[in-house]
Amino acid sequence: MTSRLGGTALTLAYDRRTISEDLTVAVPDRSFTVIIGPNACGKSTLLRALSRMLRPSAGAVLLDGRDIHDLPARKVARTLGLLPQSSIAPDGIGVAELVARGRYPHQGLLRQWSREDERIVDESMAATGVADLADRPVDELSGGQRQRVWIAMALAQQTPLLLLDEPTTYLDIAHQIEILDLCARLHEEQGRTLVAVLHDLNHAARYATHLIAMRDGRVVAAGDPREVVTADLVADVFGLPCRVIDDPETGTPLVVPAARRRATEPA
Amino acid sequence: MTVIRTPGGLSVRFRPRALAVGVGAAVLAAGLGLVAMGSGDYPMGPTDVLRTLTGGGSAAEQFIVTELRLPRLVTALLVGAALALGGTVFQSLVRNPLGSPDILGFTQGASTGALVVVVLGGGSLALAGAAVVGGLATGLLIYALAWRRGVHGYRLVLVGIGVAAILTGVNGYLLTRAPLMDAARAVLWLTGSLDGRGWANAGPLLAVTAVLAPLLLVACAPALRMMELGDDTANALGVPVRRLRLVLLAAAVLLVSFAAAAAGPVSFVALVAPHVAKRLTRAPGPNLLPSMAVGSALLVGADLLAQRAFTGHQLPVGVVTGVLGGGYLVWLLAVERRAGRL
Repeated sequence: MTSRLGGTALTLAYDRRTISEDLTVAVPDRSFTVIIGPNACGKSTLLRALSRMLRPSAGAVLLDGRDIHDLPARKVARTLGLLPQSSIAPDGIGVAELVARGRYPHQGLLRQWSREDERIVDESMAATGVADLADRPVDELSGGQRQRVWIAMALAQQTPLLLLDEPTTYLDIAHQIEILDLCARLHEEQGRTLVAVLHDLNHAARYATHLIAMRDGRVVAAGDPREVVTADLVADVFGLPCRVIDDPETGTPLVVPAARRRATEPA
Repeated sequence: MTVIRTPGGLSVRFRPRALAVGVGAAVLAAGLGLVAMGSGDYPMGPTDVLRTLTGGGSAAEQFIVTELRLPRLVTALLVGAALALGGTVFQSLVRNPLGSPDILGFTQGASTGALVVVVLGGGSLALAGAAVVGGLATGLLIYALAWRRGVHGYRLVLVGIGVAAILTGVNGYLLTRAPLMDAARAVLWLTGSLDGRGWANAGPLLAVTAVLAPLLLVACAPALRMMELGDDTANALGVPVRRLRLVLLAAAVLLVSFAAAAAGPVSFVALVAPHVAKRLTRAPGPNLLPSMAVGSALLVGADLLAQRAFTGHQLPVGVVTGVLGGGYLVWLLAVERRAGRL
């Protein structure tokens, strides 16, 4: 397994509150890696560290073999993109204009808007299905449309690696699937390496090609979702009794939580 | 957006409307300035003013224009531009349209510095220097108090408002300690006035603006635009957020402090100029250049009003900007409320 992005012996902490110690992870190249785990298990913290936003107090995040904090910010931004949990759309900004801001790390003082920038922004909007909205103000869009616009912006950054922090939060089920299908397509068709933090275990099992399960700041299991997602692991990581069956649509593991009544029935 | 591309692969992008607003406001400022230089106890037509500026005219006219009226106009242009630029950077950084230096305490800090000199009995040069020192010290204090793994918008606003309240109290105390004559002079200074401003007032501000305006307009503006998307997104786009925020804060505090040193803490220009520019350009983003031009036009226009609105009785320019700026803000809030946007 080759890996351009990973962390070795990471200690991750906010001020004096330590989240993870001696954490080692690797993101396989060209994978759709999904990080799962219960609330406050450190999955978003790990993503922040991988995306250079949190400096580890020990250990190092390596991008192409070099400490990510030794690389210039712009250079990192041309290799590694991030869709954060929350972004702010400036008042009155249009869709195309927002997507165009993804070109920032490629632009310069006298190279403000090349034909390539224009082409890539058009392609990014087409890939995420927001080309028809190009001239609409972002404030007027629905939550699902807005999330696709932000993904288009991250795509316009043209990075081989793209990290997404809970990209489906706040969306209804149809839009969640729409966003995940979009991610899967970007992964398959454009050959990008995707890393996403997801809350829904079944979504993770269905879409991930590589799954990292975390609890209490540690990696409990990592690998193919078919091997990782077992009833024992779910009980261990989430403390949830369940059955794992085959997803009738995809054959991937499907977690069915145990019913409350069953637990109280005499065996 | 209009793009100009050269065969060599260079490209420049700009908004025609924003450029038009910037140029229009600059022309307006120059026009108002021409009128201001021609009016007064020795009235002159615009052509006479222009002739004198280009080296013609009598010795008396030369003296009146280049030694009395021109430095006042240049000071007004620079103070307006510096306050507007500083205000725009603050508002953009704290992502709050009320995040202007008058509210965040920097202006009050400059006043404290100036008042200390008044109480101790210093000259006008010492007063200007103390205003700069006071503004910068307040900037450092607010930054230190608001710092917690970086400085964030809300914390900066809240700490700034607290510091502003404390300094307002300190300023009131200092005023009561000053001898009566000096206190009267101090109150005039606190209102913001361009009366009797000469090249000695315009010089330092000109130097600071000449260095900082290009830095902000050329080197920082694109990154500042990315910062509007939130710290995380800006970071992901390759903006060194912490370092940039420090540079921007320092630049804005310097601009505002030197503007206060030159003309006193002229109210509302830093708050209102960015809003006016934004409404005129209808563009997202910090609108730095149009804001500067609007600030200049505002201050020159306000000073013209202050000098000529009441015959035989001149007002300090701060009175006019306060009334106009405050009125504009109330009007804006009323309009926004009626449109259901507030």
